[in-house]
Amino acid sequence: MRKLAITLTALATCLAGSAFAELNIEITQGVGKRTPIAIVPFGWQGDGAEAPLAVAEVISSDLERSGRFAPIPVEDMLQKPTTGADVDFDDWSILGVEAVVVGRVTQTAENVFEVQFQLFDVFRRDQLVGYRMPASTGTMRIAAHRAADMIFEKLTGIAGVFATKVAYVTAEQRGQSRLYSLVVADQDGENEHTIMESTDPIMSPAWSPDSRRLAYVSFEGSRSSIFVQTLRTGNRLRVSNEPGINGAPAFSPDGRKLVVTLGGVDGNPDIHVLDLNARQKQRLTTHRAIDTEGSWSPDGRFIYFTSDRSGGPQIYRVSATGGTPERISFEGSYNARPRLSPDGTKLAMVHNDQGNYRIAVMDIQRRDLLVVSAGSQDESPSFAPNSDTLIYATRLRGDGVLETVTADGLIRQRLASRRGDVREPVWSPFPRY
Amino acid sequence: MSAIRIFALTLFALALAACQSAEPLPDPEPSDEAYGSRGGATTDAYGDGLGGGEEVEYDPSAGELANIIYFDFDSSEVRPADTATISRHAALLANDSRMRVRLEGHADERGSREYNIGLGERRSQAVRRLLLIQGATAGQISTVSFGEERPAAFGSDEQAYARNRRVEIKYVN
Repeated sequence: MRKLAITLTALATCLAGSAFAELNIEITQGVGKRTPIAIVPFGWQGDGAEAPLAVAEVISSDLERSGRFAPIPVEDMLQKPTTGADVDFDDWSILGVEAVVVGRVTQTAENVFEVQFQLFDVFRRDQLVGYRMPASTGTMRIAAHRAADMIFEKLTGIAGVFATKVAYVTAEQRGQSRLYSLVVADQDGENEHTIMESTDPIMSPAWSPDSRRLAYVSFEGSRSSIFVQTLRTGNRLRVSNEPGINGAPAFSPDGRKLVVTLGGVDGNPDIHVLDLNARQKQRLTTHRAIDTEGSWSPDGRFIYFTSDRSGGPQIYRVSATGGTPERISFEGSYNARPRLSPDGTKLAMVHNDQGNYRIAVMDIQRRDLLVVSAGSQDESPSFAPNSDTLIYATRLRGDGVLETVTADGLIRQRLASRRGDVREPVWSPFPRY
Repeated sequence: MSAIRIFALTLFALALAACQSAEPLPDPEPSDEAYGSRGGATTDAYGDGLGGGEEVEYDPSAGELANIIYFDFDSSEVRPADTATISRHAALLANDSRMRVRLEGHADERGSREYNIGLGERRSQAVRRLLLIQGATAGQISTVSFGEERPAAFGSDEQAYARNRRVEIKYVN
C-alpha cells in the first residue's frame, strides 16, 4: 500500500515536472503615462548564430510588466546599435523615446559569457548607467533581470525586483485526490521548481530573510506540522508538531526564530515564538479568541497578528518579547493576515469591503486604509522587497490566480496560471549576490 | 455488519500490520530528513506507525449514524438537531476505551486561510467538548483543522459554503 502510494506520487512528480512557464502576465490596470523606452536587441559574439538567450527581450518584458514603461517594437527602430558609440540620439528623439538600452553578449570560453549593457537618456544625450557581468547559459536570465533592475532603479528611483522569486501553492485535481504543490519561480513565472508536493494540503509558505529556506505548513498524515526546508539541498526539518493547530509560520528578520500559531489540545490558537536553534518556544498571547497570522515588523520589535477577541477578526500588534497587545485596525468588520512592507511604512491586510474580501494597505503613520484590489475573494498579500508592489491571490472563474498591484493601487496585473488553483504567493527578499 | 464492511476491516488490519512490520519506527524527535522522495513518502514520520493506512476508514457506526456535523455561517455552535448524533458517538467512545476519533474541522472559503484554520478548529472543539461531557476521554479524541483547504463542495455559493462548514468525525485506530 505504501509502495503504491509512493509510485503514484513519483508518477505525478514526472507529470508535474515538465518545464513550462507557469504564469502568463497581463496588465489589468495601469497608470496613464508609461515612459517610452527602446531596448535594442543585443549584439552577439560567439559560437553559433545567436546568443543563448534574447537578453533584450527579457529586459523589455520586465520593464513592460512593471506598468511604468512602454518599450517600442523592434521593427519601429531606425537603427539597432549594440554599443554606446553607435547610438544616434536624433533617431531616437524622432521616435519620442526617452531612454535607450543597448548591449551585447560576448562568449569568452565554453559556456562562459559576458553580458554588457548601457542605458542612455535621449534628451540629455548621456549615459545613465553601464554595466558588465559574467554569465553562463544557466545564469544569463538572472543577468538579464539584474540589468532590468538597474535600468528600472535608474529611471524610477525605485529598486527593481525583477531578479527576485515568488513561492506559491498550487492545487490540482488528480483523479479522486488533489495534488498540492509548493512551487518557487522567478517573479515573471519562469524557471519554476516544485519544492514539495503532497496529496494532503500544503499552506502558508514563508521565506527566510536570506531566501535560502522556506517555512510552510503540511498536513501529511492528516495532522498539521510546520517544516523548514532548505531550497538548495531539499533537506527539511519539522520544527513544530504539537497537537491541534501548527500554523502560520513567519521568520524573524534575523532568521533565527519563527512566529507560529499553536492551538494545543484545547484548540485555543495563540501566537508563539519558536527559537529555531535553541528549540524553545515562548507564548506571546493567551486570549481565548483566535490569535493567528503573526508577522514581524522589519525592525524585529513587534509582531502583528489577527485576533477576533473583539468579535470579528482585526489586526493587533504585540511586542516581540511579550506584553499587552494593541489594536491596529478599526475600519470595517473584517481585517486579517497583516504583512508589513520591508521598509516598515505600510501594512497590507485582507479587508472586507462591503461584502468583498480585498487587499487593503494601511499607512502605519496615518493609519488610513486604501483598498488596492478589486476581486471578491482576494487574500494572502505579500510585499515585494522594494515595498512598492504587492502580490496576492484572487479568483478567476473559480480558480485561484495571482495578481500584483502597486501599493498606491494604480498598476495592477494578473499572472494567469496554466494549471489548477494557485494561491498563497509570497515574494522573496532581495537576492544576495 | 455487511460482508463488504468485514472485508474492508480485514484489509485495513492487514494494511496496518504491513505498514507496522515494514517500517521501523522513526525517531519521534524532529530530524533533518533528506527530502528525496516527495509527498506521502514521509507520512510515517510521526512515530505513530500509522502512516499511509489512513485512506481506509474504520467506521464502527455501521451506516445510519452521521459522521458529519454542519454549522451555520460564522458559527461554531452545534445545532440542536445534531446533539443526538454526537451523543451516540460519545456513547461509542465511552463504551470502548480503545476507540479513537479524529475531529476534522472545516470552514468555507471566504476570508483569510489561516484565520479559517482557527474557525475550523473552533468547530472541532465544540464537538469535542460535547463528546467529553458525555463520557469520552481526552485521550480518545484528536483534532485537526483543515480550514478551507479541503472543501467537500467546490463553488462560491451559499450551497457550497454550507456543505463546507463542517466537522467530520473519523474513527482511527
